[in-house]
Amino acid sequence: MTADDRIALTFRGVTKSFRTRRQAVMAIKDLNVEIRLGKITGLIGPDGAGKTTLMRLATGLLRCDSGTVTVLGFDAARQALQIQGRVGYMPQRFGLYEDLTVQENLDLYADLQGVPVQARKTRYNELIHMTGMARFTKRLAGKLSGGMKQKLGLACTLVHPPRLLLLDEPTVGVDPVSRRELWEIVDRFVREEGTTVLLSTAYLDEAERCDRVLMLDQGELIGQGPPEQFCEPMTGRTFQIRSADEKNRDVLERLSGRPDVVDAVIQGDAVRLVLADGTPLSIDRLLPGENRAALIPVPPRFEDGFIDTLRQRRHDQAGTPLPSALQEDRRIQAESSGTAISVRNVQRAFGDFYAVKNVSFDVGRGEIFGLLGANGAGKTTLFRMLCGLLPASDGKLQVAGIDVRRTAAAARARIGYMSQKFSLYGSLSVANNLKFFSSAYGLTGRRRQHRIRWATEQFDLQPVLDDGSGELPLGYKQRLALACALMHEPEILFLDEPTSGVDPLARREFWHRINGLASTGVTVLVTTHFMEEAEYCDRMAIMMAGEVLALGTPPEIKQLARSNEHPQPSMEEAFIHLIESKDEEA
Amino acid sequence: MTGKRGRRLMRMRGLVRKEFLQVLRDPSALAIAFVLPVVLLLLFGYGVSLDAERVPIALVVEKPTPDTNSFCGELEQSIYFEPIFLHGMAAAQQALMEGQVDAILHLRADFSDRLRRPGGASIQLIVNGIDANTSRIVNGYVDGVYAKWLEHRAMQLGQPLAEPVIVEHRIWFNANVRSRNYLVPGVVALIMTLIGSLLTALLMAREWERGTMEALMVTPVSMLEVLLGKILPYFVLGMGGLALSVVMAVWLFAVPLRGSIWVLLLGSSLFLLTALGMGLFISTVTRVQFVAAQVAIIATFLPAFILSGFIFDIGSMPRPIQWITQIIPARYYVALLKTTFLAGDVWSVVVPNCAALAVMAMVFLGITRLLARKRLD
Repeated sequence: MTADDRIALTFRGVTKSFRTRRQAVMAIKDLNVEIRLGKITGLIGPDGAGKTTLMRLATGLLRCDSGTVTVLGFDAARQALQIQGRVGYMPQRFGLYEDLTVQENLDLYADLQGVPVQARKTRYNELIHMTGMARFTKRLAGKLSGGMKQKLGLACTLVHPPRLLLLDEPTVGVDPVSRRELWEIVDRFVREEGTTVLLSTAYLDEAERCDRVLMLDQGELIGQGPPEQFCEPMTGRTFQIRSADEKNRDVLERLSGRPDVVDAVIQGDAVRLVLADGTPLSIDRLLPGENRAALIPVPPRFEDGFIDTLRQRRHDQAGTPLPSALQEDRRIQAESSGTAISVRNVQRAFGDFYAVKNVSFDVGRGEIFGLLGANGAGKTTLFRMLCGLLPASDGKLQVAGIDVRRTAAAARARIGYMSQKFSLYGSLSVANNLKFFSSAYGLTGRRRQHRIRWATEQFDLQPVLDDGSGELPLGYKQRLALACALMHEPEILFLDEPTSGVDPLARREFWHRINGLASTGVTVLVTTHFMEEAEYCDRMAIMMAGEVLALGTPPEIKQLARSNEHPQPSMEEAFIHLIESKDEEA
Repeated sequence: MTGKRGRRLMRMRGLVRKEFLQVLRDPSALAIAFVLPVVLLLLFGYGVSLDAERVPIALVVEKPTPDTNSFCGELEQSIYFEPIFLHGMAAAQQALMEGQVDAILHLRADFSDRLRRPGGASIQLIVNGIDANTSRIVNGYVDGVYAKWLEHRAMQLGQPLAEPVIVEHRIWFNANVRSRNYLVPGVVALIMTLIGSLLTALLMAREWERGTMEALMVTPVSMLEVLLGKILPYFVLGMGGLALSVVMAVWLFAVPLRGSIWVLLLGSSLFLLTALGMGLFISTVTRVQFVAAQVAIIATFLPAFILSGFIFDIGSMPRPIQWITQIIPARYYVALLKTTFLAGDVWSVVVPNCAALAVMAMVFLGITRLLARKRLD
């Protein structure tokens, strides 16, 4: 046993590197951490920070190069089997057997974990009740919704009460309702059974639900403590700006990139602002020439501290300021009014299952239009139909005035498409990807040269031009993918989950570029499951199970959920409200 | 201790049940285990025949005599030939080139005369050699028919036969020389390879691809249990395929089963374990279903088809290829199957082949056990 019985997990001087073909990558650098029993510890960090590696080291699935990992008093290198018998682990892509039913999955894990047969009935009842799966026990796991799958995965790891629960991004891609339910289950186990939880997440608001937070970046621990500790230094530096004259997006563009502004995001009907330490408070300094704007102090939140810490770290490392907003060569000539995309009663059936049901909306030129919904809501299907990649079963689809159902190829020449997984040629260099995509779009000669130069400059790709695209950090991949989609100066840009898995700084940068693009008249249609990103959209549609639940501007959508208890609902609360009222109808 | 063993049994039960349920719900696995054997057996039992029967043959008789008539009558009675009478070699050559006949039998004008002189008559046989196998058979059969006719004729005339030595053919084990009798037992080896290696090659790879392996590893289960959990259900499935094949072979194709069923079961179990070992080994190493399937076909199915002695006789292969066949498990199994079906329990064949299979099973299963570790790096 460890000297201190209150410690569940200890990392001492742990280093872990992986060898790729070209170089060794340090995933974890000299990590020293203790995780306390009976608490929820959150593991926060951008993509590639080493969160999954840390989890796998703790389960004994990976051996560290140096240092020791001790879990529940066992050494992870030598006593892996003892640890594996005592912890519950849910990997990022949780391994449910999709061809087994809910009950059969539970039975399998009960057998594997050695749960006595007589104890099973009560345990199953408890778990099934908690996850709300009573009606689905005979359903194949593969036929459950994304949120349900995740809850079943959690239930399987909880079949045998584990002393330590390791959850690797359990809420990624899950709809807000299921996300809330997952957290309720975790909270309950900690409260009632004294389970220790280590949970990694990409959602910064979830950090505030943890007792302690470990902040990881590039394999290093850059901060730890209770979440409030990260908010404290931000006190007096967080504000809302409300302008009567200017659009929030324009205010945001003016503010971001300034050295005294750490972070600026659109939140509700205002711009939320985090100022650098010691910045004098004056609206004139921040927004010169703006008379009818108000600066209102707001309480700091975890995200502010996280962004501040990350920015300082990045600044110390390289000193990269926020890029200027994307400038297109030419403005889209078409008048900025008018309809760019028109969707009328569109349906798509796969067998007897409707992935998209009777969807209608219009997107105006130069608008940023968001499609929000959980995994499996029908966003990607709708997208593929709009790009002419998938024929619609029924309805009318017009993109840039062209009927996609008849002449998909003509429409495709006028749109740019960036797919979920950044479809790049991983074995080609960045420069070759640019060359390939420019010729694929039919660019030749001087125009091609010019566009490649434009992309290299606008997306800061110069330093990585000769690198293999497959080995780039995710943020660079995303930029390259966007550059490729913009090669032929499309009027309309389709972005499918452009920010999933990308760290919060890269996400902000990305939206900054998109804003710039929209201001030159490009129409942007974007899907996301980050609810707060909806605030960047002019208008949006919330989708669930193939249907549009609500359509409107972000304030209009939030208005729908306004009540006495929630006078100022967040986008997420609005989403949950909409889905729950939909469920009540059913 | 009982608690520990109880938990181990419980884990095994869970894994085996899971694997069975997955097989039952996977139409492709059931198809490979039960539909494919039937298709392969029907194909090789009925469709593929290495015997030559009713071969169309052109008969050119330059000058008909009672002798030529008598010989042609003998030829017509043979089940192996379907003679077509043509006038002149030109027409016969044309027919051969067009593929209407597989051979030309030419009886010259002096056939009857020479028959009565010392030294005897000769007949000219021109065979289409494109299909080497058929041409050799036709050659032999014509020789046989001619010899038989001479014999009959000598008996009728009461003369001793001119030939100094009479070779008396006796064919053992497969007296009718039915190719079906050795093809069908060979197909059993193919079927067992498919079920044992191709199906299992996908198993571990599927767990890796779907991410279930990582979750499985962080449970008290040991890799040995995971492997056993895969071997057991597929062993049962393979034995089911064997039973189906043997029943079809004996009752449908009337292939004799002269050896004991126990020897057949023992040999098949050993081969199935080897095949499972190879499949799991491929699966553990590749971790990707697509690659695993490719490797399984190239490394297990094709050798079982070509290098096992199933169709092509190993003895007539070039030396280096013969050496290579030594490491093909199917070779030992095919030898065992052919002996058990057609000759009986010949211990001097059964024991060394079973021993070779047992060693190979241990090697493949052992290596797989060593490679399958609960580690990601």
